[in-house]
Amino acid sequence: MTKESASTIAETRTDRIFLAGVKVMLTIALIAVLVPLVYVVANSFSSAGAVSSGQVFLWPVEPSLRAYQEALSDPQILKGYYNSLVYAVGGTLISVTLTVAIAYPLSRKTFFGRNLIMSLLLFTMLFSGGLIPTYLVVQDLGMLNTRWAMVIPSAIGVWQVIIARTFFRHTIPDDLYEAAVLDGASDLRFLWSIVLPLSKPVIAVIALMYAIFQWNTYFDALVYLKDPGLYPLQIVLRNILILNSTTGAAADVAATLERQQLANVLKYALIVISSLPVLIIYPFIARHFTKGVMVGAVKG
Amino acid sequence: MSGTIEVKPAPPAPVLKQVVTTARIRRPSRWTEARRSFRRHWQLYLLIIVPLAYFVIFKYIPISNAVIAFKDYSPIKGPWGSDWVGFRNFELFFQNPVFWTLVKNTFILAAYTVLASFPIPIILAIALNEIRTGFFKKTVQLVTYAPYFISTVVVVSMTILVLSPRIGFVDDAIGLFGIPAIDFLGDPNYFRHIYVWSDVWQTTGYSAVIYLAALAGIDPALHESAKIDGASRIMRILHVDLPGIMPTAVIILVLGVGNIMSIGFEKAFLFQNPLNLAQSEIIATYVYKTGLLNADFSMATAVGLFNSVLNLFLLLGVNFAAKRITGSGLWS
Repeated sequence: MTKESASTIAETRTDRIFLAGVKVMLTIALIAVLVPLVYVVANSFSSAGAVSSGQVFLWPVEPSLRAYQEALSDPQILKGYYNSLVYAVGGTLISVTLTVAIAYPLSRKTFFGRNLIMSLLLFTMLFSGGLIPTYLVVQDLGMLNTRWAMVIPSAIGVWQVIIARTFFRHTIPDDLYEAAVLDGASDLRFLWSIVLPLSKPVIAVIALMYAIFQWNTYFDALVYLKDPGLYPLQIVLRNILILNSTTGAAADVAATLERQQLANVLKYALIVISSLPVLIIYPFIARHFTKGVMVGAVKG
Repeated sequence: MSGTIEVKPAPPAPVLKQVVTTARIRRPSRWTEARRSFRRHWQLYLLIIVPLAYFVIFKYIPISNAVIAFKDYSPIKGPWGSDWVGFRNFELFFQNPVFWTLVKNTFILAAYTVLASFPIPIILAIALNEIRTGFFKKTVQLVTYAPYFISTVVVVSMTILVLSPRIGFVDDAIGLFGIPAIDFLGDPNYFRHIYVWSDVWQTTGYSAVIYLAALAGIDPALHESAKIDGASRIMRILHVDLPGIMPTAVIILVLGVGNIMSIGFEKAFLFQNPLNLAQSEIIATYVYKTGLLNADFSMATAVGLFNSVLNLFLLLGVNFAAKRITGSGLWS
């Protein structure tokens, strides 16, 4: 509406030139982000030969699905995909449950010691014991080289606790609690039947944050896992894409030229395949993530 | 519970005014207050036990375990039973020729990252804010936002592929200007540029969101009156928009500068290869290699602790300076 009333004052020539400049700049930004993405997709659908000789730019050359067939028949990749799904789903469930379990009491004004606990949490954002001291804890708990090491040591994010707590505080009125207590509800009953249904948006946001983090991270796996059977997809990707170790499928055959060429196009296909789950939920993320970032940014 | 309790207002009154009034009657002592809260809300205390235990076990026990930085750690004796060596590990580290290289590499890489990735999202947000809501604006936002959600492994591999001399398109592009193929990843001098600009590519759209929200929060009346006074778009950006997003920008800059020494492990480690190690070895990757690959736990912890303490002081210092200069900081 401000734009409407504003347009009653005619734009000056400098303003129009400036606006045109802004649009040119944004177009350049758009292209800069888009080109590498399109380039990867185009390569992944091209023939091995075309990729290896660098013929592909933004459109597939000699279209082929060979790389995808190859990638999806590789047991190592499939196993990694499965493991990552397990870690993402399981980890998110654990993380969201624990986050709500700490954020909700901390949002209640009648909770004694909430400021002290909040300070303890915030301190962990500023200072940490470091890699090895944490490793020792995980080791002592017998979690090394187990699936637990993927979901427990990084289960709660302080940032997510802040987001959830701020949401609970600002959207659940005290009167609602008073009313529920009058009707005989306990704290847990109130949390379960009233707070959680009202907090679906924020729970969606923190669940997305945790899920994407779990899907994308490789650090914990690098540090805590030794058994390749437990590797998440990102570690498998690192081995194939960055360390150039050949996959199971490519290894049995002597390194013929064709095999080497296939290894190149396989990389592009893998990038697409591994980013697919995030891409599928991206429209959902784009809608909800912004809100969540904003809720967290409200000081309180 | 009997119905009479609910008639009284909850004891720890939330608003300051109410505290004053209850205090005049008779303010319950802290312990009475605590006991009453425990009795009434025991379920909340029960609920918080497990997550609280998580923080103790995975955040605070590691801090106490960091004592091995001052010890000669032996797995049999454990962190507390190992022999005390005082500052020997730190002395060894400071005397190690690699020390200055690590500090320099970490500092330059992080400072360069902050320098490049601080202003660009602001420019993007202001540019987006200038144009009318529509298909173009939405597309730019949606596309620039997307790379943030791609994993580090994938971004690094994409960068490597795009820059690779044989199959990447960057060499074809610079070839148009008559520049011969460059082995970007094999030359240590390119490492920082690759690291920083791939980071800008990945995070600019995401970072811009925060500024866009700050821009949306600016009172439209300010823009209106500026327009009536004949201010051009550029003048309004300089005198309305920029001051409006200043507090947000300060917080982000403080966090960025304050966390300089804690620059992440994930990406630097992935970009590392034997050829670029001279510039790509940073403290975080050195800690990983010393601790887990060479199993020198005490030394790795000492290096990590040095880094954490340095970072803590840096953050507090920058925050203090920001508060003095601009009046806004992390803790208002």
